[in-house]
Amino acid sequence: MAALHETGKGLSQGARNALPLLIFLLVGFAAPLLAVIAYSFMPERSFGLVHSPTLINYAGIFTGNSYISFGWSLSFAAFTVCILAVVCYPIAYGLSRVFGRWAPLLTLLFTIPLFVSENVRLYGWILFFIKNGVLLGTLKSWFGVELESWLFTRGMVLLGMVYVYLPFMLFPMTLGVSMVPNETREAARDLGASRFQVFREVELPLSMPGIMIGLLLTFVLAVGAIAEAKVLGGQTIIPITHDIEIAFTYAQNWPLGAALAVLLMIVVGTLVLLVLKRFDLDAILGRR
Amino acid sequence: MSERSRHALIWAWTLAVLVFIYLPAMCILLASLTSSRYFLFPIQKWGLDWWRKTFDSIEIHQLFKTSITIALCVTVIAVAIAFFGALAFARYNWKGRTLFQKIVLLPIFFPQSVLGLALLLWFNAIGLQMSWMTAVFAHLVWIIPVVTLVISIQVYSFDPALEEAAFDLGASRFQVFREVTLPVLLPGIVSGSLFAFLLSWGNFPLSLYTDGADTTIPEYLYAKMVAGYTPGVPVLGTVSTFGAALLLLGGYWLITLRRRAQS
Repeated sequence: MAALHETGKGLSQGARNALPLLIFLLVGFAAPLLAVIAYSFMPERSFGLVHSPTLINYAGIFTGNSYISFGWSLSFAAFTVCILAVVCYPIAYGLSRVFGRWAPLLTLLFTIPLFVSENVRLYGWILFFIKNGVLLGTLKSWFGVELESWLFTRGMVLLGMVYVYLPFMLFPMTLGVSMVPNETREAARDLGASRFQVFREVELPLSMPGIMIGLLLTFVLAVGAIAEAKVLGGQTIIPITHDIEIAFTYAQNWPLGAALAVLLMIVVGTLVLLVLKRFDLDAILGRR
Repeated sequence: MSERSRHALIWAWTLAVLVFIYLPAMCILLASLTSSRYFLFPIQKWGLDWWRKTFDSIEIHQLFKTSITIALCVTVIAVAIAFFGALAFARYNWKGRTLFQKIVLLPIFFPQSVLGLALLLWFNAIGLQMSWMTAVFAHLVWIIPVVTLVISIQVYSFDPALEEAAFDLGASRFQVFREVTLPVLLPGIVSGSLFAFLLSWGNFPLSLYTDGADTTIPEYLYAKMVAGYTPGVPVLGTVSTFGAALLLLGGYWLITLRRRAQS
């Protein structure tokens, strides 16, 4: 069979199928990232790549205020991940063990919001929480209670992030939980393990690959979040992506924005590579 | 705790989270159904005025045209490249495969607003004029990997013996592709196309930086949201939410029908 396919060319069948995608990512992903790196070494406020390289932008970051924005982005991402892990685990468990024939429909219902623009969905929360909106308007007219709106606080930003990134935690986690064979679980029960012991010694370790991918995916996406802070947060927190955007737009300082983006890429890239190195994707995705 | 009450708890929690997920969409729907200029709840005057006004607007027609053109181009190109990518990802055992799998995942794990800016710099450096075409390219960078994953999941369950049998029976390479590989992988291709279309349709951060003077619906909505309230925003928001829901439920229904027909 293999011999049938290896006609003439030096590339294997798999490599030939991979080629269009690899070429595309070279032009569309690797090249732009190299462009960002190149810009980050250009002098302030230059728009071309013809100047001699300098480290001034990186020096600017460490003397300026951007580290605060980095702190906000990283800590909000960490909070989001922790909350989502707790919120999603029971659902993931349900989808793979409890819901049976309802599982596909429920999965679909969790998928649909992914395809609606983030801005639109966050806007719905504004309508819900705004003064005279769905929540406060109802309280006022039904119970005569008047409350201050909770919009534009840090808690709202966190709520927005939990809301937007929920599917990215849920789906990998479900894949992970469904990797635990029922026999193993039952065997542990038969041997006298308590429910908590089964969870800690069997369920959790065996579903770890999927859970880790979920944690990683949500963390990385949440570090890059920008819309939540803008739409729901007012100006209470400024995430790093906002700093980057300002450098590119209002400040017209592309090299500074590029340097910030490079630092963000280093953080994200290191995490992704560290985690992905440990897992066999075939084992996670190949299960049905 | 008994098995039964534990399961009841899991059901209750899941349904509560679903309500949380759909609450904003419901608010948007309600807000679109009022006749007054400002959103006050409970709604005093119900009406479809803003729906009519929004759909009569020439500006909105233009936005729809731009968004649909981009999404259709993205779908066709993404599915074509991702189909072969998925075969390399899951079907063939070749030397660079595990590395290839990780390379494919990288753009998905990348913050999109930064990716959009990176592409802006790159297009600028090679002297490209931004338009909806550069936006198509930008969407592809993120959507091709996603579609590759979606199709790969179908490819994992593909039995290579089917292809071998067809070869043994004397089918040509093209015939095997058309008569065996393609039909078996069709559900994956259908869901891949749905993903591609909808993700492109709803994308904001990539379009924002890469489509130049052309404007898509998410960009327009964002501009209006920031500038102040107009009831056109909930109308378009409702349309995009329910449009996505209908397309996905329709696709799911088609795939279930096909499965039933086969078994």
